[in-house]
Order: sequence, then C-alpha cells, then structure tokens
Amino acid sequence: MSQLLLDVNGLTMRFGGLLAVNNVNLAVHNRQIVSIIGPNGAGKTTVFNCLSGFYIPSDGSVVFKGEQIAGLKDFRISRKGLVRTFQHVRLFSNMTVIENMLVAQHRHLDTNIAAGLFKTKRYRQLEQEAMDRAAYWLEQVDLLDFANREAGNLAYGQQRRLEIARCMVTQPELLLLDEPAAGLNPRETKQLDELIVQLRDEHEISVLLIEHDMSLVMGISDHIYVIAQGTPLADGTPDDVKQNPDVIKAYLGEE
Amino acid sequence: MSEALLYLLQQLINGLTIGSTYALIAIGYTMVYGIIGMINFAHGEIYMIGSYISFIVIAGLLGMGMVALPVILLIALIVAVIIASTYGWTVERVAYRPLRGSNRLIPLISAIGMSIFLQNYVVLSQSARDVALPPQISGGWTFGDPQLFEVSLSYMQLLIWVATFVCMTLLTLFISRSRIGRACRACAEDRGMTNLLGIDTDRTIAMTFIIGAALAAVAGLLLGLYYGVVNPFVGFIAGLKAFTAAVLGGIGSIPGAMLGGLILGVTEALTSAYFPSEYKDVVSFGLLVLILLFRPSGLLGKPEVEKV
Amino acid sequence: MRQNLYSAVFAAGITFVLTCLMIGVKLTSEGTQLKVVSATEAQWGWIFAGIALVFFSQLFRDQISAATAGIPRPKLATLVPEQVRSPKLKPWLLAALVVGLFVWPFMVSRGAVDLATLTLIYVMLGLGLNIVVGLAGLLDLGYVAFYAIGAYSYALLSSYFGLSFWACLPIAAVLAATFGFVLGFPVLRLRGDYLAIVTLGFGEIIRILLNNWTALTGGPNGISGIEKPTLFGLEFSRRASEGHVPFHEFMGIDYSSGHKVIFLYLIAVVLVIWVLFVINRLMRMPLGRAWEALREDEIACRSLGLNRTVIKLTAFTFGASTAGFAGCFFAARQGFISPESFVFIESAIILAIVVLGGMGSQFGVILAAIVMTILPEFAREFSEYRMLLFGLLMVLMMRWRPQGLLPSKRPHMELKR
Repeated sequence: MSQLLLDVNGLTMRFGGLLAVNNVNLAVHNRQIVSIIGPNGAGKTTVFNCLSGFYIPSDGSVVFKGEQIAGLKDFRISRKGLVRTFQHVRLFSNMTVIENMLVAQHRHLDTNIAAGLFKTKRYRQLEQEAMDRAAYWLEQVDLLDFANREAGNLAYGQQRRLEIARCMVTQPELLLLDEPAAGLNPRETKQLDELIVQLRDEHEISVLLIEHDMSLVMGISDHIYVIAQGTPLADGTPDDVKQNPDVIKAYLGEE
Repeated sequence: MSEALLYLLQQLINGLTIGSTYALIAIGYTMVYGIIGMINFAHGEIYMIGSYISFIVIAGLLGMGMVALPVILLIALIVAVIIASTYGWTVERVAYRPLRGSNRLIPLISAIGMSIFLQNYVVLSQSARDVALPPQISGGWTFGDPQLFEVSLSYMQLLIWVATFVCMTLLTLFISRSRIGRACRACAEDRGMTNLLGIDTDRTIAMTFIIGAALAAVAGLLLGLYYGVVNPFVGFIAGLKAFTAAVLGGIGSIPGAMLGGLILGVTEALTSAYFPSEYKDVVSFGLLVLILLFRPSGLLGKPEVEKV
Repeated sequence: MRQNLYSAVFAAGITFVLTCLMIGVKLTSEGTQLKVVSATEAQWGWIFAGIALVFFSQLFRDQISAATAGIPRPKLATLVPEQVRSPKLKPWLLAALVVGLFVWPFMVSRGAVDLATLTLIYVMLGLGLNIVVGLAGLLDLGYVAFYAIGAYSYALLSSYFGLSFWACLPIAAVLAATFGFVLGFPVLRLRGDYLAIVTLGFGEIIRILLNNWTALTGGPNGISGIEKPTLFGLEFSRRASEGHVPFHEFMGIDYSSGHKVIFLYLIAVVLVIWVLFVINRLMRMPLGRAWEALREDEIACRSLGLNRTVIKLTAFTFGASTAGFAGCFFAARQGFISPESFVFIESAIILAIVVLGGMGSQFGVILAAIVMTILPEFAREFSEYRMLLFGLLMVLMMRWRPQGLLPSKRPHMELKR
C-alpha cells in the first residue's frame, strides 16, 4: 500500500444546534482518486470546507502529510499543497486566462517589492518561469489557445477546466474537486474523466472528489466514501459500494 | 451616599439621556443594514434636518403667540417626523434604489455624497452658524446631600427617557405584529425569496428608511431641546456615534441598538466626567474599533456564517 | 400618461414637503429669542420653479427619455490621448509632457505656478487613495489622517530636531506607512463597509489628538515657520540662515520670490512622477494582479494560498505612504499647518477625485484632481456651492458612471508565443 497522504479522523462540524458533519473518517493515499458521494445536503461540501480551512472543524483531526492541519488558516493549508475547486466556478472573470494562472502562482513569485519596482534580472526570470508553468498547464487542459481571453468569456466547460489548471499550477499534492462535472455535457464529462486520471497517473497527485455523476465516480475512483445526513454510511471500492444495501437505501429510499 | 457616588450617579443619568437618543438614531442604521446590508451614511443628516425642522416649528408657533407647550411640542414632533421621513424616503429613492445589486462600495460612496450634499444644503438654506433655542422645558428634581453634591434629574431628561421608551415599544410592536413589520423581517432574511412570494421588497425597504428617519427626527427634536442649539454639522458626529451604538449592540438587531446606545452614552458621560471632555470622541471611536475587532457581531447580533 | 400624471403630482408634492420649511423658512436669532423669517419672494420663486421642473420632468419622462436616447453619448474613452493606443509614440509623448511640465512654469505668473503646485498635491493624494480604493477596492474614509501624519512629522522633526525637508520626506512616508500598517493590520479583516467607518473614526481620532495635544502639536494654533526645502543646501530666501548660501547669490542672479515658487512646483512634479512610476510598476507586478484578483473573488484567492490580509495591507500601506509624502510636501510649501487642514471634508474631496476620475485609472485621477482644484478657482462666486456640488456629483457619478469618467483596465499580461 502506498503512503497515507490525508488522514481524517472523527471530523465533526456543528452550526449552532445543527450537526452538519458527524464523525467522518477519510483516508487518501498517494496517487489515489477518492470520491465522496451522498445525497444532496449530506454535508459533502461542508467536509471540503473543513479540510480546506474555510471552516474550523468543531472536532476531529485532519492530518495532511503527517501534519495536523485542522484549524489552520485557509491560505496556509493551500500552501501546504491541499488545493480545492468550488461547486460554482470561481474565476477572476475580468482577468485573462493567463492572469488567472499567474495569480495562482502569487506566492511562487513572492519576490520583494523593490525587485519588482526596478525589474531586476531575477524578477524577470521568475516571471518568465511562472509564464512557462502557466502555459504548460493551459496546454494540459487544452486552453492554450485561449490564454489571452478574458476568463469570464470562456464556455462553461472551459471555465471548469481552467479552474482545475489554476489549482494545478500551485503544484499541489492533493486536489479537492467539488462537483467538477456539474453542468458539463457528456463529451466534456468524458474529457474531465480523462484529465483526472491523467492527473493521478502522469502528475502523481491524489484527488478527492465530490460528484453526483455516478458513471464518472464509479469509473475512476480507487475508493469511495458514502455520507448521508452528515454521517458516514459506507466506504469501499466502487463495487463494494454499489452492492451495499445501506447505500442503495439511502439513494433510492426504503423499498 | 458619598460625594463620589453621587457624582457617578449624575453621570449615569446624563449618559442614559444621551444614550437614549443615540439608540433612536441607531435604529435607522441597524434596520437599513439588516435589510439591505449597507451603511446609510446620510442618516446622521436626517437627524440634523429633523432637529432644524422642529426648531423652525417651535420658533414659528411661539412667534404666532401660541403658549400651550405640549401642543407646540406635539405639532413640532409631527411635522418633524413627516418631513424627515420624506427626506429619508427621497434619499433612498434617489441615491440608493437605482444602485441596488451593484458592488458594495458604490452605494456607500453614493451615501457619502448624499451626506455631504445634505449638510451643505442646510448650510446654504439656513446658515452654517449655530441657532439657539431658549430652553422650553425647565426644572426637575434634585436629590442628594446639598453639602456634598446635588444630583439633578431634569424634566427634559425624563421626557427623553419616556419618549425613547414609548418609541421603542411602538417599534417593537410594529415589527413583530404588523404586516409591514413581518415583510421587513422577511426581507432581512432573504430578499430574493421575499420578492418571489409577491411582497414588494422595494416598498418594504423604503418603509425601513421612513421608520428610521422618523425615529431620527424624534431624536432630533429631543436632542435639540436638550442642548438648545443646532448647526448643520451636528449630524455627522451624531451619526457616527449612533452607528457605533448600532455596531456595539449588534448591527441588524433592534434591542441591540437600544443596548448599544445606552452603553455608549454612559461610556461617554463617564469619560468626559473623569478625563478631559475632548477625548470622549476618541473613546467612542476606540470602542468601535475594539468591538469590530473582537466581536464584530456585537453584543446581541448573530454571527455571520460565510457562504462558500 | 395617466400613470405619469399621478407620479408627477406625487413627485411635486414630495418636493414641496422637502423644500417648504427647509428653504422656505429661515431661522434667525433676535437677542435671546429664535425667530423664523419667510424666504424672500425670489427664493420662493426658485422653490416653485424647482417643483414645476420636477412635475414636468416626471409628466413627460417618456418623451424626455425618448428624446435623449437619440443623442449620441460622447465616447469618453476616445478622449484618452493617443499614447494608449499607439505604443510607438508613447515614450515621445511622455517625454514631451515631462519637458513641458518643467519648462512651463518659467513662462507664466507666480499665482498660476502656485495653483499648479496645489493641484499636484491633490494629484499625489488622489493617486495614493486610488491605490487603496481603486486598485485594492478598500474604502478608506480617513485618508486625510495619513496626510496629516506626513505633514506633522516634517513640521515637528524640522522644528524640534532641525531635520531638512529631504531627510524628512522618506521619514514622513515611512511614518505614515507605519501608521497605515498598524491600523490596517487589525481592521483589514473587516468587511468593506466596516473598514470605511473605522478609517473614518481613525481620521477623527488623529484630528482630535492634533487639536488637543497642545504641548506637542500646538493644538488648534498649529505649527508655523516650517523650513522651506533647499536645493543641495541652497536656500530660496533673500538672506540665507547662518552657514547657508541663498540660491540667487550662488547662481549670480537677482533675487526673485518667484524662484521659490517654481522650485516648490518642480519638487512637486518630481514627487508626482516618482509616485506615478511606483504605481505603474506595482500594477504590473504580482502584487497588482493580486489586488485585482482579491477585488474579484476573495474566496478563490484564499483557496489559492493568497494571504488576503497581507495583500490588502500592502495596498493600504502604499496608499498611506503616498499621503505621507504629500503631507510632508504640503507642510513645506505652506510653512504653516494646523488641524484645520485635515478635516473629514478633505478626505471626501480626495475620494471625490478618485471617484470622478474613475477608480483605478491614473490618467482619470490626474484629470479629476486638476478639474477639482482649478475649477473652484475660476468660479469663485460659486465657491459656497462647491461642497454641495461635490456631494451631488458623487451621487450622480455612482448612478450613471460608477466606473468614473475615464475607467481604465489594468495593463493585461499577454502570453507571447
């Protein structure tokens, strides 16, 4: 078994009296695609918000690369290599595609201000490297031809891909995708499927996925967790989950 | 009671008086913020206009030879409330409604523009100088030891307390019982949904501006009588104080505005009693900064959950 | 039409209620008594003219909007000089402009140069606030506090320690930046409108402190006799202080008080060019991109590892230091400062400049600063209407052109292949 990358234990999130996430455990290993599925309102996105630091979990531990990250600020978690996308695309829509990619590399470019004011050699070199990295990832997601377009003018499927590329350019080790296939047509979903597999196999990162498209989930996941009403229901390989009676009940209701 | 204690008691009385009027003005901030999430910067000017109108009416009626003070005050109150509400409504209609749905900064800048406009409008139409009204309500009770320190509670102060209490009770009843009050609360929860349910949200928002302006006018009348002077610049600082009170109590919360106003009033009275009085503004702004830093939801406000 | 008639009557009624007492009646004090006087007939005439205007504009609003729809709107973007569109000409035009700026004062009157210097101060302030409001999207209503800090740092350092203008210039900027940093660090986490109020409160606190800390700041009397800047130790007075040489003796020319005015003007030009240079570079740097990104979507920024507090803080600090610069120069030019110069209205004027010029646009801000300072000089009889119009202008701008007269885009990075 490969190395454990993300280890979540007893994750719990309360909003006042509402228990949104109840004692959820997750494990993601290196070079794995892991999915979280569950009915709408099951608390999947809340789990993501806890992992990525947008919420501070009420209880439980989140260990990423052997380090406790629960309660860290969102941007610190992202700098450690855990980066997420959003259910509704969040691009800088008035900026160009390439600028979206450059903003994501802000901290790689964090040279001092004087260097930028006087355009030192090192500054220009770093800027060029950032450009190259951006171009590389745009090529990976098939957006290189749109580099100088405004992000808001892209088609929806392209915006989704740009969001993933923008995450990848930060050089993460674990990518959290929140319903990446929502609103995509079958052809775009297939491209996405290929892209995610490629991320795992060629770029050696792990992906944690929330998705409702079952054919996508069942096709690419190494492991699946099922959550209902904030509580873990089942987990296992796609085949295990498909045959689990509890899961069938949760999705289809009592017979 | 010792002298120090009596002195403190006097400061508390003064503080609660000023605090009540802050609370009245703060209602306007808190309701508008609750419903459309913007700071109505021009609200302080509405209070100032209310003060001017009541001075004009009182001076006018006195000039006509009217003597029955309660009648004069009642007429002044009614006229001030009507005209100030009209100003409140117009400000919303002209400067904020067309901007609904745009970036947050835009209505805020428009509000600042409106505030500057109204202030200078009064400078031009009246004058920049102080106008003084001789005290109308005099007398009061005194108690304490005449040898040490005499605490006084004037009838004017008592009037302010009673009037504030009545306004607040009426407002609470109105918000909780009436149809419009229900619509206001619904709007504050979810404007889009309220609109879908067939409630005219524009009208409801206009209503909150009118209510806020009416209460500011009441405060204008009361504070005008209490201090006996008004100038076009009183609205700016009073507005800032009232906003502090609203934030202190928890913006969006009506009981919070009340509580915040009283706390701020007492704090100010105590500061000016024991320190040079110029620093009372410093203390209240300092208080504002501290609350925003450590408890941005205020004493009685609900914490905001960020939607991701 | 009937609908319009109703709304016209309603609007006219509202206008009457608004104006009848506030404009129609005036309060005057007679001895200890307060009296009311009716406005003059002419003023009532104006009130009814206003009501009639509102009535008819509402009654015929369909016709009016139909008529105005036909008028082509002026394309303000085309007013931007050619430089933006033809990159080859740009350096030449800029050079010509700079030369013009340096040569021009020698040909005109002292008053004109002095006014130009004042305008340049506002240009600096406008550019500085534009970083905060226009680029980073943070509404700072206490900007004048940093201006005051800059001015008082020079005044105090010069009068207590005898430091020269040139030594104080960076110190003032750093001090103002430090205050910006210390204030910004806690408050920048707040939502935008809270930030506006806190900065407003900060501005007031600074003013109150300056007014009351009499031992240090001279209180309401301010500080006078502040040293003028020197040119490499040459003074611009008729007789130099001990150990110094006056400029005119050194150059072997006759003394003229105009030299000093021109010298101050030239310093202002240099300072403005420096500020422009810094801002232009900042906008092209990752920091400038991060400001825009943060304005567009803060949550996305955080998810990408951007520290929003630090990024906002840099904008706030840069803005503050620019104000410190301007303040230091202001103190040197006036020779006298008092808290009177640093009231809220001053912040509002600077904000009006930024809003009018177009948030984020430097060319627009410069133009707006020129308009806002020079126009009142030419229209002195309207000076009492100045603030009224500023307020009105801000409301109207937000309604019809929130992006300002000359909106601009940050220069976009292009991928070249």
